[in-house]
Amino acid sequence: MNPELMQSGTKRLAAYKETLTQSPVVNTAAGGSMSMGRPHRSGELDLVHGRILYLEDVSVSFDGFKAINKLSLDIAPGELRCVIGPNGAGKTTMMDIITGKTRPDEGVVYFGSTIDLLRHTEPEIAAMGIGRKFQKPTVFEKLTVFGNLELALKTHKDVRSSLFFRLNSEQIDRFSEVLHTIKLKEYVHQTAGNLSHGQKQWLEIGMLLMQEPRVLLLDEPVAGMTDEETARTAELLLQLKGKHCLVVVEHDMKFIEAISDIVTVLCDGAVLAQGPLAKVAADERVIESYLGR
Amino acid sequence: MNGQKSSQTALRQPAPLLSPNGWRGLIVASIFICVLAPITNLWLPESSRLHLSDYAVALIGKIMCFAICALAMDLVWGIAGVLSLGHGLFFALGGYMMGMYLMRQIGRDGNYHSDLPDFMVFLDWKTLPWHWALSDSFVATLFLIVLVPGLLALVFGFFAFRSRIKGVYFSIITQALTFAAMLLFFRNETGFGGNNGFTDFKRILNIPIATQSMRMTLFVLTGIVLLGFFLMARYIVQSKFGRVLQAIREAESRVMFCGYSTLQYKLTIWTLSAMMCGVAGALYVPQVGIINPSEMSPANSIEIAIWTAVGGRGTLIGPIVGAFLVNGTKSWLTVVAPSIWLYFLGLLFIAVTLYLPNGVIGLIKKLTGSRT
Repeated sequence: MNPELMQSGTKRLAAYKETLTQSPVVNTAAGGSMSMGRPHRSGELDLVHGRILYLEDVSVSFDGFKAINKLSLDIAPGELRCVIGPNGAGKTTMMDIITGKTRPDEGVVYFGSTIDLLRHTEPEIAAMGIGRKFQKPTVFEKLTVFGNLELALKTHKDVRSSLFFRLNSEQIDRFSEVLHTIKLKEYVHQTAGNLSHGQKQWLEIGMLLMQEPRVLLLDEPVAGMTDEETARTAELLLQLKGKHCLVVVEHDMKFIEAISDIVTVLCDGAVLAQGPLAKVAADERVIESYLGR
Repeated sequence: MNGQKSSQTALRQPAPLLSPNGWRGLIVASIFICVLAPITNLWLPESSRLHLSDYAVALIGKIMCFAICALAMDLVWGIAGVLSLGHGLFFALGGYMMGMYLMRQIGRDGNYHSDLPDFMVFLDWKTLPWHWALSDSFVATLFLIVLVPGLLALVFGFFAFRSRIKGVYFSIITQALTFAAMLLFFRNETGFGGNNGFTDFKRILNIPIATQSMRMTLFVLTGIVLLGFFLMARYIVQSKFGRVLQAIREAESRVMFCGYSTLQYKLTIWTLSAMMCGVAGALYVPQVGIINPSEMSPANSIEIAIWTAVGGRGTLIGPIVGAFLVNGTKSWLTVVAPSIWLYFLGLLFIAVTLYLPNGVIGLIKKLTGSRT
């Protein structure tokens, strides 16, 4: 062992650590990005293969109607994926399947490379880090913005801890960060029922963020918003991109244009086209079934 | 940057237990209970205009017990949204535990000059039944006063909440529970004195019970317990626990989805509320000198809900005000026009439900235009 060797070793270690801080979504717990000879720890999110959500040949039918028909999806960590499609294309059903609300008849659904979502219940999936925002804002109207966020905060949730709960400085930072992100800082102590429709939607996104999710499923986040609110929501989602994986279902094409990299078009329960918006929008079949001429 | 700092300190500081006005009110109430009432009742001559009559002491003391029940009801109904129509049972159970001790304190001074309480001699029982084993000890009685109602509430609540029984169904079951208990206690074989219950108390802690100073002691004690419970309830509502309960009231399934076991939360507040009622009952019995199964009648439990609704649900202070308003009116009306009391109570409940959803406190807040 000579000094040069030691020095180069320290350098390499420092460089390695830097790559870790730059991309926080890379799984480090199981030994960096080596994929072979790694112990598999059950319940741990494995992102080595560059996918956080993986659906293959998923089918589900309700009373004979095929809501989802051999749907396959592959979503990378930190990606912002937009899903569009005509009514009844199966967009909401797809989210129901991912969150465990609906069980598919066949197919596989994986979270990371190792967690089979079909084996878990709804609350378990939520606890693992898949957050969902429904179409209708469902905040607790009688509680304040603070109360709503506090309820969603990731912490011990038994009675005794709640009874003597005090925010620690780390959690206060988290609060400030989320409040800043969702632009509701001045409304902390306002009752959520008094917020505007758009603010309620942001608050709900904030509640999801408090749970520190890996994946955020957003079902029509800008429905009923004014143009200005829509623009601010687009800004908000772009800010979250990279830190979280976002799957957005939306009809508002202007909004999609503002935020999208890859757009998936669903039709009759299967993927019709996929790619950048410009390419997808030029696709004959998409124009036929969804966008119109 | 400045704004960020101020909002951070706002997050760090826990909400104050009471507003400045709240503290002032609390201090005034404690001065009245602990200083003014004893002085004006015990030391001022009866001819004085400021003299507090024994009747008033007895009445206020009794109503303070009811106020504790209303406060307990507000925690489960007003805050957590679980309407109980069986809280009279927990009140009566606490009362019965105290009554058993007071019966044993009579000693050989009863009509039959026996070691056993009179009704047992009358039934020709030779020994104390097993459930009277601890009735000799005052300390054990203090524990039983909270443990018996608490345990019953815990077991009942566990099965009811686990089966996801909610809303009006839960209310009906609690109503049935208190009714069943009333029928059970009416029977002589149960060993609680049948329909006569317990009465004719002589002593508490070997001190004669029917003196003016003992009545005043119980009065002050009740007042302190009421104020203490009020502060405890305030703490609960201001804590995260209280906010989770309010969220459960709004959308229970969503709270569950946020990762909370709502069963635990509801069970905790439900049991606590039952214990508070037990304490109220135990303070009530030595003051009125009697406890019998009619305390468990469904109507009594419904009245507790009415006090809470009249005062204002979910406000904590409201139910206390409601208990005083309704019971004050009751004691006045039953003297002036006894026959119309029940009609009045019914009308009051309808009027409050229709026109004052937030009760008297809600009305005051609306009139003074204060926020939240």
